[in-house]
Amino acid sequence: MKTLPSVDVVIIGGGWTGLLMAKELGSRTALNVVVLERGGPRRTDDYNDDMDELDYTIRFRMMQDVSQETVTLRHDSSQRALPLRQHGSFLPGSGVGGAGEHWSAVCPRFLPDCFEVLSRTTEKYGSKRLPEDHAIQDWGITYDELEPHYTRADLLLGISGKAGNIRGQQIEGGNVFEGWRSAEYPTPPTKIPYFSSIFAEAAKTLGYHPYPVPAATTSRAYTNPDGISRPGCTYCGYCETFGCMIGAKSQPTNTLLPVIEKHKNVSIRTGAWVRRIVHDAAENKGSARGVIYIDANGQEVFQPAELIFLASWTLNNTRLLLLSGIGKAYNPGTRKGSLGRNLTHQVAFSAVTAFFEKPLNRFMGSGASGIMLSDLDGDLFDHSKLPFLRGGTLGARSARSLPISECGVVPKSVKSTWGSEWKKAALHYYDRTGRIGFSGEHLAYQDNYMDLDPVYKDHFGDPLLRLTLDWRENERKMADYMTTKAMELAREMGAKEVTPFSGLRSYDATRYQSSHVQGGAIMGSSPESSVVNPYLQHWQLSNLFVLGASSFPQNASANPTPTILALTYRTADAIVDRYLKNPAALA
Amino acid sequence: MRRREFLTLSAASIGGVLVYSLDREVFRFSAQTNQSVHIPLRFFTQSEALIVAAAASRIFPSDETGPGAREAGVPIYIDRQLAGPWGRDRYRYTQGPFEENAPAEFGYQGKATPQQIYREGLKGLKGFNRLKAEEQDDTLKQIEATLFFSLLRQNTIEGMFCDPMHGGNIDMVGWQLIGFPGPRMSNYDDVDKHFGEAFRPKPAGLRQVTRRKVRPGEDLE
Repeated sequence: MKTLPSVDVVIIGGGWTGLLMAKELGSRTALNVVVLERGGPRRTDDYNDDMDELDYTIRFRMMQDVSQETVTLRHDSSQRALPLRQHGSFLPGSGVGGAGEHWSAVCPRFLPDCFEVLSRTTEKYGSKRLPEDHAIQDWGITYDELEPHYTRADLLLGISGKAGNIRGQQIEGGNVFEGWRSAEYPTPPTKIPYFSSIFAEAAKTLGYHPYPVPAATTSRAYTNPDGISRPGCTYCGYCETFGCMIGAKSQPTNTLLPVIEKHKNVSIRTGAWVRRIVHDAAENKGSARGVIYIDANGQEVFQPAELIFLASWTLNNTRLLLLSGIGKAYNPGTRKGSLGRNLTHQVAFSAVTAFFEKPLNRFMGSGASGIMLSDLDGDLFDHSKLPFLRGGTLGARSARSLPISECGVVPKSVKSTWGSEWKKAALHYYDRTGRIGFSGEHLAYQDNYMDLDPVYKDHFGDPLLRLTLDWRENERKMADYMTTKAMELAREMGAKEVTPFSGLRSYDATRYQSSHVQGGAIMGSSPESSVVNPYLQHWQLSNLFVLGASSFPQNASANPTPTILALTYRTADAIVDRYLKNPAALA
Repeated sequence: MRRREFLTLSAASIGGVLVYSLDREVFRFSAQTNQSVHIPLRFFTQSEALIVAAAASRIFPSDETGPGAREAGVPIYIDRQLAGPWGRDRYRYTQGPFEENAPAEFGYQGKATPQQIYREGLKGLKGFNRLKAEEQDDTLKQIEATLFFSLLRQNTIEGMFCDPMHGGNIDMVGWQLIGFPGPRMSNYDDVDKHFGEAFRPKPAGLRQVTRRKVRPGEDLE
């Protein structure tokens, strides 16, 4: 093994969180920062010719290579877990920019009470309303503390939208249910395509409060506070699973990388696959000393560092801590140990597939252009007589109509799945089909968790991460309720035929839901029940910070990226303002 | 080296269309009813390709609603996919142990690669291309629940609607059938117009739009 000279900072992972931290430390300090990214290099230019559904959407060109490493899944701890042999229910990224390159760029904030679900629910409905096997806990921070950092994330990405609540002042046309914001969105809402516009009308008729989806596919040219300019969106429709060909969709490579490249104290090593974080073994106190990685030439390298950021996406963050023996692995039987607990995956599905008489021209749009509503989100509606807690958003976005994925979806009245009758219907309905999507909260449960798989290994021979995950009655009943509401909306929109969501049964690894998998290295107010403190600093190793959605104690209904960026900004401030002067526990 | 196999199609059946020559360059073949096109195969034998062509044509038939798998070059598309990294399972986690009878929500858990699934499945369809259409449909109904058929159906849809650089959707017949224009650099002026009316720009493939010789995934290692 080759040992390199020590550096001040190692950042494991070159996605949104890793590169944001690299940008902040590169701009605000003289620290010597090395980013280790196991995938390849990427630049905006790489996307000039990526508008190919087959290679990018069907064959997952931009995703993690599952032939090398995947995860295993079981529904409960009595089962033997099986590997997810191909991509399905979520899509981890790979390469510089990570999943932030191929995202849809939907950018809502969390509702304020998402950070305090345990205390707010108990306060309003009593602790008996919580599921018996829940593992819900408060985050240890509040929305008010995070708001300034949300605003910085909005400005960094140039998010397009319409505010519904500026410092408590409700504004028609925005999301009137959102937490207060200190300012209007940096850019106005995106254009709204036909399908989304008829959703908006139907929602208003039914008494809801629809608003434009907050989007990092910006509505017009925008220059952010770092001086980075991006053009406005052209609504080409190639967002999710693609990189943006013109850089209108904010991605780490077009938003963060150009700033990082100006700072000589930051370097990015690609093809660097970190296998272990090396640390002084100590029960309660100690420090991380560096990382061991395999470089692009296959050589094993030890890179010592003073300060380490683990920023390698939810699942890999947890796995690397488990492989490195950092912290106590969670045991669902005793509920002891905190590493791996509170695995959640957003409850996301097409609540209704609606078939219309008129063509929708759905090839035009962006991953985030559309309309959504929050009337049924969080605890914004009374749950005292409902068989479930919490909620989510319903929405109609407009760019999910690529033909391999979408042609062939026909109403239930068509009985065949191939042949002339089916073909006729498939051709007719291809551009007359729209989906109302639901995105909801997933509560944390004691038996949904992660540990290392005893059987299956990655290409280096290290154990795969094992997910023990299934839905409970709360999610199933929420899904049924929201499906009913979506059916009402689709009928009001004038749909000729409607196919409702078939309901949540066992967790289905083959149906794409969202890439919003969360938990495992959660934040909290005590080392007994969390892995990191509210500054994302490891409770035992004070020079190790774990960034990203692995820190979420439970899932919110909103897409996680703005919250992840806000938390990263908050940690960067704590590092620069306090930790560097006194490298010790921040909480 | 295996013997080079060709799929021979009558020019009339595919009209005046783009086909791909040996060196993978596109050229336009002018339709003349008495001519035929010889397309080099990368994975299938000729008899396998004829069965796939016949089966794909029952899944997505050429009929009164317009052209189908035959005109789109679906068997050529499938042949290339099977010969490429996908057919060899380059994109799948293939370490054992394998649990062949796992519940559907865990996804395909078997050991066989797409190449093996096709080769095995086609053995059961010997002589299929010489059956009458109704007999072909009856035969396919019997294998509807198999993994082979679900792959064949999925690959047929892919071959109908993929970018033409992959060998299917020849002359963008698939896209023209459904009014999909392919990749367009900008819909800015149209995205919030044409409400309730079909807006159907002329389709163009990725290589036309970008004026670059984009390499399809099946040609990568």
